[in-house]
Amino acid sequence: MADVKKRATREGMGEEIVLLGEENRNVVVIDADLGSSCKTDAFKKALPDQYYNLGIAEQNCAGVAAGMATCGKIPVVVTYAAFGSMRMCEMVRQEICYPKLNVKLICSHGGLTPDGDGASHQTVEDLAIMRSIPNMTVIVPADYVAAKKLVRKAVEMDGPVYMRFTRNAVPILYEEDDNDFEIGRAKKLADGTDVSIISIGDTVRLALEAQEILAAKGISAEVLDMHTIKPMDEEAVKESIRKTGKIITIEDHSVINGLGSAVADIMAQEGKGILRKIGVQDTFGETAPYDRLMEKHGITTEALVQCAEELAK
Amino acid sequence: MSEERTIQELQNICVDLKKHVIEMTYHAQSGHPGGSLSVADFVTACYFKMMNVDPSNPKWEDRDRFVMSKGHSCPVQYAALGELGFFDAELLNTLRKEGSILQGHPDMKRCPGIDISTGSLGQGLACAVGMAMSAKADGKDYRVFCVVGDGECDEGEIWEACNTAAKYGLDNLIVYVDSNGLQLDGPVAEIMPLGDIAGKFAAFGFETWNINGNDMAEVVDALEQATSAKDGKPKAIVGKTVKGNGVSFMENQVGWHGKAPNEEQCRQALAELDAAYVK
Repeated sequence: MADVKKRATREGMGEEIVLLGEENRNVVVIDADLGSSCKTDAFKKALPDQYYNLGIAEQNCAGVAAGMATCGKIPVVVTYAAFGSMRMCEMVRQEICYPKLNVKLICSHGGLTPDGDGASHQTVEDLAIMRSIPNMTVIVPADYVAAKKLVRKAVEMDGPVYMRFTRNAVPILYEEDDNDFEIGRAKKLADGTDVSIISIGDTVRLALEAQEILAAKGISAEVLDMHTIKPMDEEAVKESIRKTGKIITIEDHSVINGLGSAVADIMAQEGKGILRKIGVQDTFGETAPYDRLMEKHGITTEALVQCAEELAK
Repeated sequence: MSEERTIQELQNICVDLKKHVIEMTYHAQSGHPGGSLSVADFVTACYFKMMNVDPSNPKWEDRDRFVMSKGHSCPVQYAALGELGFFDAELLNTLRKEGSILQGHPDMKRCPGIDISTGSLGQGLACAVGMAMSAKADGKDYRVFCVVGDGECDEGEIWEACNTAAKYGLDNLIVYVDSNGLQLDGPVAEIMPLGDIAGKFAAFGFETWNINGNDMAEVVDALEQATSAKDGKPKAIVGKTVKGNGVSFMENQVGWHGKAPNEEQCRQALAELDAAYVK
């Protein structure tokens, strides 16, 4: 995939929210002094009356957003995943999720993608934290196109949403005119009969690469983009259990309570299937190039291929 | 609304609310009477004098908002809402009972008239700021009244919200600090001394008042001043109050922060409050 076009998913989000703000004047952006980094500059320029920068005070951003939501606004709070899921966590729980208010948390720099920033910014816990809060929907787009389509769905639905975006450019996987994105429904990117790979965000491309390599080796791999980690598409997982019974999850996130754990819950209840979880093994990140970090944490195409070969034996 | 009620009428309504607080916490055998009693004058003045609300249409979009940021003092707010007819006042004694709309801390989804769910300290003021910002954005003239505790001012988010209120010129926001001087573990002066609270709000760009928060005339006067100045400055009224106000054995006793009266204490408290009606 060397010649594949790449863009950060935060860029897709930044472009789409301008359109959303133009279409609905109740859509407001709340920044916490990370606007230029999170790609809300265009919104600020186009819609200054719908733009609020509240400074480096994330807890307050969550509360202000909740208050505005009670008055009919659709606040889009923009920050990094570390701060959106942890610094403001209790405010998100108390003031946004408990009253089920219509606030969207748009968080860039998810997973290991803020590679140079190191462990303080690399966020491998956010999906675990956010998916455990009642009333919260959790979405991780795989590419620039999915980012645009899914941020629109998120803003158009009623209720709290947490969305994670990448800092770094990742390959564009979807066609611009692909409109087959529904919250809570996995996208099946390849049919397969031997093994199922369930991926999310920046690991979807790894799953697709592995699928090609495996096909050449005579192993038929199914690939799912599970962009909505909550509510998870249980039917899609159950279908994979029935069809292949061998599932590999891969995520740029801790293996504790993320995608793999959510899939494991469904498999345990079904009482069937074998699962391998690829992800960050309960450690912090560090400063290194993104690809090196993924390699160090074993979140690679090669790891997927090896795992699939073992399972398919 | 700005109802034409006299100070004396408001004082008597305040006694009604205080009696509800005693009965509600007695029936619940839990809850927070101390801070409910200290803030009763302010709650009375807001709901029965100052605020434009419609009990038959609790979600009326042009209503004034009330945020009990120190959510544990909800019994007195519930009493006001019940007396105004937001819900059947018979429900007041279901406080903290299973299935009640009157949760231990305010729940906007269950209780009509609650404008935002609170209970975790330090968070309600930011929500109030968001409401006041929305009013400005939409060109509406509703006001937002927000009660914070003095102990609650330990929370950093209070001051983050103050910065925001000043930045956006929220002269439609009236913050009331119920400065009863006691927090859960002891006196505010010992647990985390706050110094000059009004001075702090002033430093953040607020117009401020220091009043006796248990003197109805002073409360009403400060509220009338705070709601009439359209000068781009958010307002903060610091009410020096007595925790447990009006019940002799609860007054200034840290132990009555989160404790319910027993039958004998309930009887005595109600008798003392009955004697407080102004004739």
